[in-house]
Amino acid sequence: MNETLKNTGLFAIVGGLILLTGFMQSWNSAILIINMGLISAIMAIGVNLQWGFAGLFNVGVMGFVALGGLAVVLIAGDYSPEAWSAGGFGIVLALLLGAATVTAAVMISKKMAKGRARTIAMLAVLIGGFVLYRAVFDPNVAAVEAINPAAAGNIGGLGLPVLLAWPAGGLLAAGAAWLIGKTALGLRSDYLAIATLGIAEIIIAVLKNEDWLARGVKNVIGLPRPVPYEIDLQNDPAFVERAAGMGLDPVMASTLYVKLGYSVLFMVVLLVLLWMAQMALKSPWGRMMRAIRDNEVAAEAMGKDVTRRHLQIFVLGSAVCGIAGAMMTTLDGQLTPGTYNPLRFTFLVWVMVIVGGSGNNFGAVLGAMLIWFLWVQVEPLGIWVMELLTSGMAEDSALRDHLLDSAAHMRLLTMGVILLLVLRFSPRGLIPEK
Amino acid sequence: MDFLNALVALSNFVLVPAIAYGSQLALGALGVTLIYGILRFSNFAHGDTMAFGAMITVLVTWWMQSIGISFGPLPTALLALPFGILGTMLLVLFTDRVVYKFYREQKAKPVILVIVSMGVMFIMNGLVRFVIGPGDQRFADGERFIISARDFKQMTGLREGLAIKTTQGITVVVAVICVVALFWFLNRTRTGKSMRAYSDNEDLALLSGINPERVVMYTWLIVAALAATAGVLYGLDKSFKPFVYFQLLLPIFASAIVGGLGNPLGAIAGGFVIAFSEVTITYAWKKVAKYMLPESLEPSGLAQLLSTDYKFAVSFVILLIVLLFKPTGLFKGKAV
Repeated sequence: MNETLKNTGLFAIVGGLILLTGFMQSWNSAILIINMGLISAIMAIGVNLQWGFAGLFNVGVMGFVALGGLAVVLIAGDYSPEAWSAGGFGIVLALLLGAATVTAAVMISKKMAKGRARTIAMLAVLIGGFVLYRAVFDPNVAAVEAINPAAAGNIGGLGLPVLLAWPAGGLLAAGAAWLIGKTALGLRSDYLAIATLGIAEIIIAVLKNEDWLARGVKNVIGLPRPVPYEIDLQNDPAFVERAAGMGLDPVMASTLYVKLGYSVLFMVVLLVLLWMAQMALKSPWGRMMRAIRDNEVAAEAMGKDVTRRHLQIFVLGSAVCGIAGAMMTTLDGQLTPGTYNPLRFTFLVWVMVIVGGSGNNFGAVLGAMLIWFLWVQVEPLGIWVMELLTSGMAEDSALRDHLLDSAAHMRLLTMGVILLLVLRFSPRGLIPEK
Repeated sequence: MDFLNALVALSNFVLVPAIAYGSQLALGALGVTLIYGILRFSNFAHGDTMAFGAMITVLVTWWMQSIGISFGPLPTALLALPFGILGTMLLVLFTDRVVYKFYREQKAKPVILVIVSMGVMFIMNGLVRFVIGPGDQRFADGERFIISARDFKQMTGLREGLAIKTTQGITVVVAVICVVALFWFLNRTRTGKSMRAYSDNEDLALLSGINPERVVMYTWLIVAALAATAGVLYGLDKSFKPFVYFQLLLPIFASAIVGGLGNPLGAIAGGFVIAFSEVTITYAWKKVAKYMLPESLEPSGLAQLLSTDYKFAVSFVILLIVLLFKPTGLFKGKAV
């Protein structure tokens, strides 16, 4: 059996599983799986760029995904002129002051000779800068948060079309990745892992606590959509007529239409990114990356700037994750910082990449669709298995109730088992690197 | 008097909690650092191993409470702790046999083992949630305070109270016992010495006839004991919630790395460095400043450098600073 046939077969199996969901459960949930699966595939491509191409161990995916979500609020959220006049500019000024403080401290540590004078100068700059920053920052934040706190209280967005937020999410994530990469990429792989894990937690903490930015845990809801609203479609006589022509009732037809609209948009983004990743993999640049991954010392001896290349691919991969994050927030129509969980947004993406085949873009996409399907379906499956297992027990048995209640936690267990099995018996994944 | 009041306020809100938290982190970091020294990978499943040990202890505690066993003024969980340790030992030995051994024999790269430990993390996390659920569980009983704030105020006549919770006292005592026993074991016993030899130079240790599988087994046993103890102490002090243990991974790793990965002494120092910085930076200093500064200089705000929600940021920034200026940690760690 040749490779193309096998790979097509694997994709067909996953497609078949999703079709089965459509027939057995509902088309609505099947399309939901596809939509989140496509987004997960983009995240997996981002991680695969970093891990599969360059061997960088980034466990901060969640942070970049969340930054993408933030970009949606900042780009597409309602423009709020009173927030800007009350304190928006002050906040920007404070942030610039903070950045200037850090830059000055870095300059001092680079330019001045080592010694007591340098330490004192750095401390003075850092402490002075911090006090100044808080002095400008705090009153402005209070002013912004005081504006209509029940519904807004944040600086709002630019009111631009939401599709623009997707590349913006990529840019925001890329900027953060550049900062992180500058400091952390020189570290050993284990340290980089811990560093990225920490960064992700910090980004989530900022999103949760800085109410002026995106309302924190009060969530931003009602973000604009790139597709029409169901209710508008239902009120559109032409749409209702067409739906009736296909034998569907208007409510059903409108939800399917909206979801499929998202699917098409996501598919376009995925195909573009997949094409770019494939081109990059085949190009001399891709070969150089793999050479660096396989033997850093040899690549360095050949005159390749390993640190720079690592920074480059770290930024690129994170940007892809940022785009996926922006798309996810667009799909949800809301930004809910409380729901970002590293198990779901970092480690699950890793499972996708490893199961699919690290180093192979198609593998990453396949792994993402398959693992996302399982992630969604293991829960009902687990409940079904538990019902089967407990069918012999008494109706009021405490153990039976406990087992049925706990079935929902089967998914973490299953993901771990799948990851370990793949690592043990097929460490190169379903579609191995060529 | 003002000085004493300030001192008491400082102890109550900063010193005592930080010492207790630091001891918990130190025990956790010791486990991480031992795994790193002997098995040579960063164990991402450590937080969930702690959760597992604590979970077994919680279950046994509930059982003991239900049949009326109690430990007087001390929490029953201390009686249940040996069972928790035993359960964790069985779990990690089983994991090692089924999962890690294969990669050890293959001489897999450390980063592969880290990814494998990610899989183990998922499974343990799922297991704990499956058995006890994701919610908060309280299992502390016995006396709540060694000294309560009110008693302290009556005793000394100061305006500020000093409260020391029983769990904080127990944490420190148990942590000291564990650390002393561990260092005695590592420095005085034959097995402990062979572990250190294996950690320092694997080839030389093998050459001198040390059985690597035995070393690995003892390491897992010790790590299980430390993890279960750290998990129970943390659970007693705060409360038991599976997801919190997963989040502890970051400060624990930060402690181990700040101290120097693979160095047990460093892990302890790192634990206290992280705990003290987390608590001091997120503490609102207004109360202490009120006593120490003249009225005119009194801060108008809370004088809190960062809100408590940013405590992760603190451990992280310290981690970065140490790594940038002293890449092997405060005490000399290994670099693989």
